[in-house]
Amino acid sequence: MKHMTRKATRHVNQNEGLIFEKSSAGKAAWKLPPLDVPEVDSAKLLGRSERKDLGHMPEVSEIEIIRHFTRLSTWNYAIDLGMYPLGSCTMKYNPRVNEFVARIEGLANAHPYQPEKVSQGALRILKTLSECLIEITGMDAITLQPAAGAHGEMTGLLMVRAYHQSQGNARKKILIPDSAHGTNPATAAMVNYAVENLKSDSNGMVDIAALEAQMNEDVAALMLTNPNTLGVFEQQIHKIADILHAKGGLLYMDGANMNALVGKARPGDFGVDVMHLNLHKTFSTPHGGGGPGSGPVAIKKKLEPFLPTPVLVTKSDGTLGFEYQRPQSVGRVRAFYGNFGMFVRALAYIQANGPDGLRQTTEDAVLNANYIRKGLEGIYDLPYSTPTMHEVVFSDKLQAKKGARTMDIAKRLIDYGFHPYTTAFPLIVPGALMIEPTESESKEEMDLFIEAMKSIAEEVEEDPQTVLDAPHSTRVSRLDETAAARKPVLRWKP
Amino acid sequence: MRYLPKSPADREAMLKAIGLRSVDELFAPIPGEYRLSRDLNVPRQMAESEIVDYFRQRSRENGEGYTSFLGAGAYSHYRPVIIDALISRGEFLTAYTPYQAEISQGTLQSIFEFQTMICELTGMEVANASMYDGSTAAAEAVMMAVRLTGRRRVVVARSLHPEYREVLATYATHQGMPLGVVGFGDDGQINLQELEKSISAETACVLIQSPNFFGTIEDVAAIAEITHRSGAMLVVSIAEAVSLGIVEPPHEADIIAMEAQSFGVPLGFGGPYCGVIATREKFVRQMPGRLVGQTTDKHGKRGFVLTLATREQHIRREKATSNICTNQALIALMVNIFMTVYGRVGLKELAKQNLAKTAYAAGQFAKHGRVLFAGAPRFNEFVVETAEDPHDINNRLLRHKIVGGLPLKKFYPELGNAALWGCTELTTRSAIDTALRVVAESEGSVQSAKEEAAKEESVEELAR
Repeated sequence: MKHMTRKATRHVNQNEGLIFEKSSAGKAAWKLPPLDVPEVDSAKLLGRSERKDLGHMPEVSEIEIIRHFTRLSTWNYAIDLGMYPLGSCTMKYNPRVNEFVARIEGLANAHPYQPEKVSQGALRILKTLSECLIEITGMDAITLQPAAGAHGEMTGLLMVRAYHQSQGNARKKILIPDSAHGTNPATAAMVNYAVENLKSDSNGMVDIAALEAQMNEDVAALMLTNPNTLGVFEQQIHKIADILHAKGGLLYMDGANMNALVGKARPGDFGVDVMHLNLHKTFSTPHGGGGPGSGPVAIKKKLEPFLPTPVLVTKSDGTLGFEYQRPQSVGRVRAFYGNFGMFVRALAYIQANGPDGLRQTTEDAVLNANYIRKGLEGIYDLPYSTPTMHEVVFSDKLQAKKGARTMDIAKRLIDYGFHPYTTAFPLIVPGALMIEPTESESKEEMDLFIEAMKSIAEEVEEDPQTVLDAPHSTRVSRLDETAAARKPVLRWKP
Repeated sequence: MRYLPKSPADREAMLKAIGLRSVDELFAPIPGEYRLSRDLNVPRQMAESEIVDYFRQRSRENGEGYTSFLGAGAYSHYRPVIIDALISRGEFLTAYTPYQAEISQGTLQSIFEFQTMICELTGMEVANASMYDGSTAAAEAVMMAVRLTGRRRVVVARSLHPEYREVLATYATHQGMPLGVVGFGDDGQINLQELEKSISAETACVLIQSPNFFGTIEDVAAIAEITHRSGAMLVVSIAEAVSLGIVEPPHEADIIAMEAQSFGVPLGFGGPYCGVIATREKFVRQMPGRLVGQTTDKHGKRGFVLTLATREQHIRREKATSNICTNQALIALMVNIFMTVYGRVGLKELAKQNLAKTAYAAGQFAKHGRVLFAGAPRFNEFVVETAEDPHDINNRLLRHKIVGGLPLKKFYPELGNAALWGCTELTTRSAIDTALRVVAESEGSVQSAKEEAAKEESVEELAR
């Protein structure tokens, strides 16, 4: 390796098999208290429904379980280890006080059906978080029920459909820019809307002329991410909203990139009618290796009758409760009230920040992205020179000449001690490198990142094979994904 | 702000490097009229100690320290301490979806083990990495059956969790999937004659829950026989995962949609929980959600990757099997650790304790109220009908710091003053006895108990 990295060093990590390979009969990690009621004969109670055998479930001791999962954990990269510049994913610090307060007994052990009079604490948290999110987005009302961003999109589009239906015509299609997340078209299909692609202009923004040409009474809504997936703020946002509204359409905003706006601008002020938030992005709840998320949907007044049930209300005696009778509601989108544990964490995050902290957070996130852009401009191709907000998208155009594509550069970044950026997205940039540092990175960490990216660019020129074969320092090298998909092995077998 | 790792000098230096004078210039792309020139009206910045105090106060307003007999899709089981110890490791907690397999093997291998154990417990051949929860898993499983059969009609058991039914109705509205409902008989099980009549050649699937919302274990083999006769698929929802320790899994099902909350996930006022879909290998390409598969690296070393991504939204966009993206990975890890702790023997013993507590409680309640659906086996819930409105009983119980059973009138008006009670291994005999004393305080209940006692005994006799 020609270039040494200052960020990471290789060190020994433990091998570990599958838990089933450690199992043997008679080992146990559990102990039940003595039964304080009479024993029962399960065969007699259950008859032929009685289960006799639990197959190959493991039998292991507690220390083995601790070592097993601890060893596995050391094979993961994580925000706690360093910068995680996945564009569009907003991998920011997950504050530990959030985890602490979510585990306080009366919150962690609250049953969703316990009477409202002994649920006022939980309901107060829902209410306060709702008020904060309404203020942050500049909208009029909110539902916290959706379990993740895509679930929020579905909820939002259900409300869009219900709104149009109430106007006498549900309409037929949703306009979606070619730079959008894959969830947007997939969601439109779930709500039985046709998807019509909307192309971007040379600045990476919505092509206003195309929008004007495509907008008509069949269009229910435009699903727009703002700033968009190039990290570019749609400067014509008001024009976009006007074009939609003139023909009775609605503006849906995918709030995935809300980290660029909190405390600086409010979607409700620039014409958005309905939007979802990702509490696991903007509001610091942990990604946990792929969830849980939480996808509240904030709306303008005219969509309020269509909110999913139940809706949180303040009763005449001042206590909080749920209202279930909502004749125009789109219905329920999940059991109970949403991912409550994530609401606790998001509210703790807002409290730790306050208005000044939230604004500073956004400023730092945008400052960091621009610092990286400045540091790598000229070394990597910047397909759109439009100003960058919270993330910056380069392309592999220069490195591709030597055969190194975005995924190769990403894999090489691993050897330098970083998690890769988002590769090959958005689709409008061939060979995209999508970098979102978030506010959680220090100048020092970003200098190391810029240095690593520069070093890789040099390697591509001088020794491309090193990049093409990367990563070199991980437990496993590049895995055969084709074989995995062709003959899927989806479970262990004895 | 304590989460931000920059000094004013750092910010200055960075602005200078970019060639800007002030941070405001970075926000110039936002038209001036939309730039917020005031503070957000949210709580002021709080110290960590204040935040902890705030949530402790909310906890005290929230039934802290109450004993509960609620189940109904959310169950209070003991959570081994090592679950939180392990999931709190930053490498699990603060990692993203494992798209970069080389530095995500920990998450990937644990999901592979999770998929394996779900298969072992459900008797299915493949399981996904998780869905949002049991309700959305059931709805997605139904949509999967619609894709697989090319038919659109869906038959749903009325004894499926009422909120799951509501969620399915929401999902189905715009998919052109007409829903039919099949009722339950005096034993709490699905009415087989009614089921038979409700299935046609257009029926894509039948969706049932077992143990059902009343805790009653369904005769899955009989339901499957009727369902399959017309070429429809059987989707079985399992809301109480601990039942799998002692109740035979629904082998005859084509798709199982589970809620795994019982396996080490806190009640948490309803979420986050952990849905899962399990099915036959031949249906895997229509299954929604992430899947982890085993493969090898270029040196032949075993490793794991996310696989069959061509089903998913980031590849297929509007043609994907579902729009699901983020799921419940960290919760699935809790479930995984729980299953590992209890394992082959512990899960059975745990389930047996649930059975014993419930048998005791149901037997005691039968002395003071009418225990419905006694003719079929049940797991850890039972329905009690009292002369007194269960809301009034519950109000009295609250004074003893006890949360009583769930009044069912809201969901099942025909069940009158019935309530759904649940016990787990955590329910103590003394709590059962105390609750029972409070229930019995009501003259009316005692009265009805006297009337029903004789009838009840004969029914129980028959069941034996």
